[in-house]
Amino acid sequence: MRDVAVVGFAQTAYARSELELNETEMLMPVIHQALERGGIPQKEIGFTVSGSCDYLAGQPFAFVMALDAVGAWPPIRESHVEMDGAWALYEAWVRLQCGDIDSALVYAFGKSSLGDIRDVLTLQLDPYYTQPLWPDSVSMAALQARATLDAGKATEREMAEIAARSRRDARANAAAQVTGDFNADALLAERYISSPLRKHDCPPISDGAAAIVLAAGDLAQRVSKRPAWITGIDHRVEAHGLGMRDLTASASTRIAGERAGVGEGKVDVAELHAPFTHQEIILREALGLDDDVRVNPSGGALAANAVMVAGLTRIGEAAQRIIDGDANRVVAHATSGPCLQQNLVCVMEGRS
Amino acid sequence: MTDAYGVVSRPVRLDYTFTAGKALSRFLTIIEGGKIIGQRCPKCAKVYVPARGSCPTCGVATAEAVEVKDRGIVTTFCIVNIPFPGMAVKPPFAAASVLLDGADIAIFHLLQEVPVENVRMGLRVEAVWKPASEMEMSMESIAYFKPTGEPDAPYDSYKDLL
Amino acid sequence: MPDSLTAPHVLEYPYTRSTGEVIGRFFTGLKERRILGARTTEGHVLVPPQEYDPETGAELSDLIEVGETGVVTTWTWIAEPRPKHLLQKPFAFALVKLDGADTAMLHMVDTGDPSVMHTGMRVRVRWASDLIGDITDIACFEPEVA
Repeated sequence: MRDVAVVGFAQTAYARSELELNETEMLMPVIHQALERGGIPQKEIGFTVSGSCDYLAGQPFAFVMALDAVGAWPPIRESHVEMDGAWALYEAWVRLQCGDIDSALVYAFGKSSLGDIRDVLTLQLDPYYTQPLWPDSVSMAALQARATLDAGKATEREMAEIAARSRRDARANAAAQVTGDFNADALLAERYISSPLRKHDCPPISDGAAAIVLAAGDLAQRVSKRPAWITGIDHRVEAHGLGMRDLTASASTRIAGERAGVGEGKVDVAELHAPFTHQEIILREALGLDDDVRVNPSGGALAANAVMVAGLTRIGEAAQRIIDGDANRVVAHATSGPCLQQNLVCVMEGRS
Repeated sequence: MTDAYGVVSRPVRLDYTFTAGKALSRFLTIIEGGKIIGQRCPKCAKVYVPARGSCPTCGVATAEAVEVKDRGIVTTFCIVNIPFPGMAVKPPFAAASVLLDGADIAIFHLLQEVPVENVRMGLRVEAVWKPASEMEMSMESIAYFKPTGEPDAPYDSYKDLL
Repeated sequence: MPDSLTAPHVLEYPYTRSTGEVIGRFFTGLKERRILGARTTEGHVLVPPQEYDPETGAELSDLIEVGETGVVTTWTWIAEPRPKHLLQKPFAFALVKLDGADTAMLHMVDTGDPSVMHTGMRVRVRWASDLIGDITDIACFEPEVA
């Protein structure tokens, strides 16, 4: 395998509703910043790939307009996944394995505020048996939370403490949307939205964008003092039907984590894409993370959850710890689909 | 509902609130007053109408506002012969790409006051604005374009902007 | 500089979907108040029936009837239904494993009272008054012993 590293990462400050800027205007500064940090000019990028969802924008082929932010002329090598940007990064990593190009720009953007995100996400469900009943995304997650509580794998207090910790940590993250000092007792006194989930168990609705620059081999060494080398990356998907899966465990995360080599060394930091509090507990178990692993110092998806962006952001946040010299070995995780249906795990290391 | 062929009806409806963004909001606000504004790219100097805050060629933000004329050149066109639901004009009629004077990209609009057989590339046209009371924050503030009677623009003058 | 403009936009598609044989037979069964599941080569019964075994990828065509009563395996109480929810009164979304099935199906449970809801509770299908051969022929589930 060819060595590939994250050399640049940038993201917007996330907001409940970005009214001022269209998607391209929102994306452009982020792309420029990531390229600048990665030390590779836009015109020298070998491959460009993005992740987004047209249903968020309410327009078919909405992702094409975002290409304006890239400067796709003369024609560039470009691709798009109708998924979280983490899967776009996977495609870029695979593309870089071909060996004929040395760099890639990966970006993701999403305005969850334009429509009703809980209804928009219903459209990813099986259209024969499930979607016509309009279970919304929070209710689906609540079914998983209840199953996890019933299995004795979590308590509502642990869930509240995850929310409090995430939003406390997010105070140090300038991009975060929901931050503050919350008390688990006070959170537990709140009413349920979809029982057993309370508001604090759910992610905020966020608009935003993120971009990552990847470089291979010598180029990465040249442009970055301390590249975040990808030592393993894998993704797995589970059955579509919710009732066919064990919702209290994440087999796909476990396998992806094993294939990415999570357990082959000490993990300093893990950025887990857990939009709902109970999912962090499931993911920790699936990845076999020890209690001393620092999880989501950025605040995670509970602090900002721009749909289609939040997974790529986990990779960026984890990589940044290495680039900044704050960690040597990190794990990033991204999820897609209802109740952690599909999961991607990326392990990165610093070498200098 | 299942019929003999094993088909179910699955209508989908979602409601959105679109946001125009800075550049397009400015364009739409100004067109209501009967003027057309674009943006110039700081790198390649091309003028985009309507502007969306970026130069798609250079991949940089555009900020400088530039007013363009409400007249220009038909760079290409099609004749619509078949009616479709919601059609505002009776076929046959011409829809054209109009390169406004001062712009480097054509807009799409309707041509009227000209027999379809006379529509051609290079035809000089001008906007016919709706009455002030019907002006709105939309490209539809321009009712249609009609020929100006000026000589046709030579092909070389717009061949790179097709 | 004007504030950014906003405008309402409706995305609406009148999709029609082909059911294919497995889903078609399941929907036809509902019209006759019968619930069918797909039996895998290992003898598991998947309800609602799938066209392929998610474990092995094998094609499934052996459909057998299961009960219209079952057990709630997980649930969430919706105190305030959203506009698109089919029950416009407090209800539960739940996974229900029907008697004779090895997998659970997502549907709604109408108890009128969240304190009645519990994992493991027995429920029964409440059929729609008008059966058309679709998933909504199961109007919802209700406690087996009212």
